[in-house]
Amino acid sequence: MNNYETVFILTPVLSEDQTKEAVKKFEEEIISLGGKLNNSESWGLKKLAYPIQKKTTGFYFLLDYEGEGNLVSELEVTFKRDERVMRFLTVKMDKHHQEWAEKRRSRMKSAKPA
Amino acid sequence: MAQDVRYLSPVNIDIKKDKYCRFQKSGIKFVDYKDANFLLKLLNEQGKILPRRITGTSSKFQSRVNKAVKRARHIAILPYVGDQLR
Repeated sequence: MNNYETVFILTPVLSEDQTKEAVKKFEEEIISLGGKLNNSESWGLKKLAYPIQKKTTGFYFLLDYEGEGNLVSELEVTFKRDERVMRFLTVKMDKHHQEWAEKRRSRMKSAKPA
Repeated sequence: MAQDVRYLSPVNIDIKKDKYCRFQKSGIKFVDYKDANFLLKLLNEQGKILPRRITGTSSKFQSRVNKAVKRARHIAILPYVGDQLR
């Protein structure tokens, strides 16, 4: 089992419900492939540093999960097939990255209730 | 032609600031590719990665910086080619 982190960008033409539905699809995909979802973050609509598919903004999402290596390849196939996804990046987390992610998560949690 | 060059204020030639690795000094172990504002400190205004001899980053962390910047470029957090960043 390894920890992975995926950042993906959805097209800005989608409505809010549609983005939620898309994210849910990927989250369920991870679980159905035998992974464990640790964190799911939405960064909202952000400006891109350069245009992708002639679009200058996009919805950013971050998924943080555990699983076997074949999960990643399966998941990336679904990312490629999905037209709503403009870009994605999956990264294997080393121990420093995991530490950082945990810190980040706890910071987000403490920020939310306040 | 051989005139002395005169400066209004004394010129400091010998003062060299000691460079240090900002990651080792502040105990950062992981360079986050998601944090654009931080990575911007390690780029020039065209979005090129600054060399080690300028930033003073240790070799270990320079390679991590390189990786982080390249990841950030892929997910459009940083531009591949920029103009007047910073």
